Amino acid sequence: MSWIDAILQGTLLGGQYALYAAGLSLIFGVMRLVNIAHGDLIILGAYIALVCVEMLGLHPLLSMIIVCPTMFAIGYWMQKLVLNKTLGNDILPPLLVTFGLSIILQNVLMEVFSADSQRLQSGVLDTASLQLTDELTIGWLPLICFVTAVIVIASLQFLFYRTTMGMVFRATSDKAEIVQLMGVKKDRVFALAMGIALAVVGIASVFMAMRTNFDPSVGPGRLLYAFEAVIIGGLGNIWGTLLGGIIIGVSQAIGAQINPGWQQLAGHLAFLLILIFRPNGLFPRTKD
Amino acid sequence: MTSKIPESLPFSIVRSTFASKVAFLGFIVVFIAAVTLPWWGGRADMRLVVEFCYYLALAQLWNLLAGYGGLVSIGQQAFIGLGGYAFFMMAAFFDVPPLLAIFLSGVVTMLFAIPTAFLVFRLSGAYFAIGTWVVAEVYRLSFAQVSTLGGGSGMSLPISVVKSISASKLEREILIYFLALLLAMGVVTALYVLLRSSWGLALTAIRDSEAAAESLGVKKQMTKYAVYLFAAFGTGLCGAIIFLNKLRISPDSAFSVSDWTANIIFIVVIGGIGTLEGPIIGTLVFFILRGVLADFGAWYMIFLGIVAVVVMLKAPQGVWGLVAKRYGIQLFPVGRKLM
Amino acid sequence: MSNHVLNQPILYTQKLTAFYGDFQALFGIDFHLNIGETVAIIGSNGAGKTTFLRSITGLLCNEPSSVKFSGQPIGASSPDEIVKLGIAMVPEGRQLFPSLSVEENLRMGSLSGRSGQWDLRNIYELFPVLKERRHHGSMDLSGGQQQMVAIGRALMANPSILLCDEISLGLAPIIIKDIYRALPAICSEGVTVVVVEQDIRQAMAVSDRVYCFQEGRISLEGRPDELTTEAITHAYFGLEDAVS
Repeated sequence: MSWIDAILQGTLLGGQYALYAAGLSLIFGVMRLVNIAHGDLIILGAYIALVCVEMLGLHPLLSMIIVCPTMFAIGYWMQKLVLNKTLGNDILPPLLVTFGLSIILQNVLMEVFSADSQRLQSGVLDTASLQLTDELTIGWLPLICFVTAVIVIASLQFLFYRTTMGMVFRATSDKAEIVQLMGVKKDRVFALAMGIALAVVGIASVFMAMRTNFDPSVGPGRLLYAFEAVIIGGLGNIWGTLLGGIIIGVSQAIGAQINPGWQQLAGHLAFLLILIFRPNGLFPRTKD
Repeated sequence: MTSKIPESLPFSIVRSTFASKVAFLGFIVVFIAAVTLPWWGGRADMRLVVEFCYYLALAQLWNLLAGYGGLVSIGQQAFIGLGGYAFFMMAAFFDVPPLLAIFLSGVVTMLFAIPTAFLVFRLSGAYFAIGTWVVAEVYRLSFAQVSTLGGGSGMSLPISVVKSISASKLEREILIYFLALLLAMGVVTALYVLLRSSWGLALTAIRDSEAAAESLGVKKQMTKYAVYLFAAFGTGLCGAIIFLNKLRISPDSAFSVSDWTANIIFIVVIGGIGTLEGPIIGTLVFFILRGVLADFGAWYMIFLGIVAVVVMLKAPQGVWGLVAKRYGIQLFPVGRKLM
Repeated sequence: MSNHVLNQPILYTQKLTAFYGDFQALFGIDFHLNIGETVAIIGSNGAGKTTFLRSITGLLCNEPSSVKFSGQPIGASSPDEIVKLGIAMVPEGRQLFPSLSVEENLRMGSLSGRSGQWDLRNIYELFPVLKERRHHGSMDLSGGQQQMVAIGRALMANPSILLCDEISLGLAPIIIKDIYRALPAICSEGVTVVVVEQDIRQAMAVSDRVYCFQEGRISLEGRPDELTTEAITHAYFGLEDAVS
């Protein structure tokens, strides 16, 4: 029965990973940019939530009201002032600049908050759980996180395919130069997309901060999970990202069942295995 | 009809420049100073030069991959760690003589690079970059699971092995010093020879335009594999020497992105990607900055990161690129100039 | 050809030059366009025709006064500003958005916010076959139909000037005729049209005036009925006039 439990917990964990990945998927979808600082931005969001909780006494979930708009603004201006200048045909500038930003961010957070491990208390939610059967229980927090992930992804899907803004995102992703001929300022489109992506990251940050310990150095680990979820799911497919997250979560849970030290390794190995047989992911939509 | 270029054409092909001849002289001076350092310098100086040498070698190899091969890897730390662990395993468990073990570490690392390349070459661009990082993480996590190697806390080089290198600490340090010098010069020389060859021309052609190079018959995939394996070999050698010097290895120190890859990338970016001179300048700048900002803790990395980002945005050809363009000089003539 | 040509330049360029890096593509182009006219630009590949259109639409930057639209200098304006002023382009190669459906491609055209008589309904009247396929992916259509979408998309911006870059490229003659049949309807609604064409006969058939580009310069200008075949061939290929 513990295997079923592992799969269940892993699936719920997958929701968390899908939240990490959703923003990354959006950015890649609109501007073919892979932001190496993505994981560190998740940690930044967590620290912003920390500040909100400590200074305003808010419950972590409520802190999203401040974290998400703040992250949106950070994303918008980061894209407008720095990252827009790196977009073009050369792959080096966006990679190296976002890598530099990642290192800068980690060290700034370290200077400001120290390397101490942090975690946000969510009161009752920390331990509240739902009894499914005699042997299976799931925590409310992981469940809420998973449901949030599904809602976020469905919303992004709706945004992309049923709104004018989404239509502009898709068109800009297709042909950024031509889109200008239709009166669209492409720099603003990119900045908006990054803003939305970081607002989603903000949601992921808060859940992460409630569920695990974090410190300035754990960003890259999140980037890798997010990246793996996107690749497994298939480029350009945002529901695939949810599936990717679940696969990683379940792999980790199964790995941990075999040997607690194998948790992270199991996730990475699952990714590499899929990479061997399906380099474009399970359900790719765009070829890149 | 021969295929020689006739003398009567208005241009000729020139390999060396005046500046390169001057640089060669300068290099002789530096070389003599470096080789005699153990006799006129202190041990702290030697340690500094050792570090300079292996950062230079690592930077040149990363530059070969990214600047010439178009392969941006954030996972080279995998090969540093593999080289280090291979050395420790061979020297400590199989009684391989240290010098031979260093060379073999390079070979072993290169062997591991074969399946690594098979995996990561399924991705391209930024995805390739992160893929290399994932693989490095797998190596790190895997080594942390092996208890004979000390698991997560690592292992020290056994005293018997240390003594077998040399009985006296000073002699050992001098030996490592010359190994490091040899490493740095060897890597730079190897790359210089490589890039001046037709093989190097093929590499530059692929970097500049894959499609065009392919249509001209350049075997793109094989060339990329070869470059990746060569870089792995060199990086493995570096790893062996680095951890021989430190006398202790652990998964976190061996496979660390911030200790190795971050610094290497900043060195090459600031110095100038895609040139042989760039990493040399970059390593110099790196060490000068480190000396100046030593007391500032994390601010040092923040400053380095900001400089790298600004350089990438405003002057992507790096410090050397700016100088070379301004004064039209080239110290390592690896191109063929059409005059 | 249009019936109501006034002698009032709505657009003109003065000594317009253009560079791609170090390579000079245009060498001082003096061009004017009167309201209600249809002007054709002919020339071989690489003559600078597309570069010229890109300069007008702001995709290539220039001196502000080198391009004037209704007296306003637009040479340095950005593409989104220029389309809002009323110049729309049907780009070379159509450049439809593959991720968007036919109707979405058309709707993209209306984002500049200009009002006028061109809306989805009118575009579907002009090109009825598009109405049947409006929810199809834009790349599922035939070449000719894609060209119609591209033209419709530009018209949705309700421009006063429509620039058409090689709309006959890659299409069968019968389809080309179909597409050019729509031109009078466009002109009669008050749009001034510039047509860039490699098909000289088609260009001459629809235009009031013709410019010929050759290696970045204007080699010939005039009314179609006044130009001889010989003069055009010479101008097109850059042949020197034989000294008799």
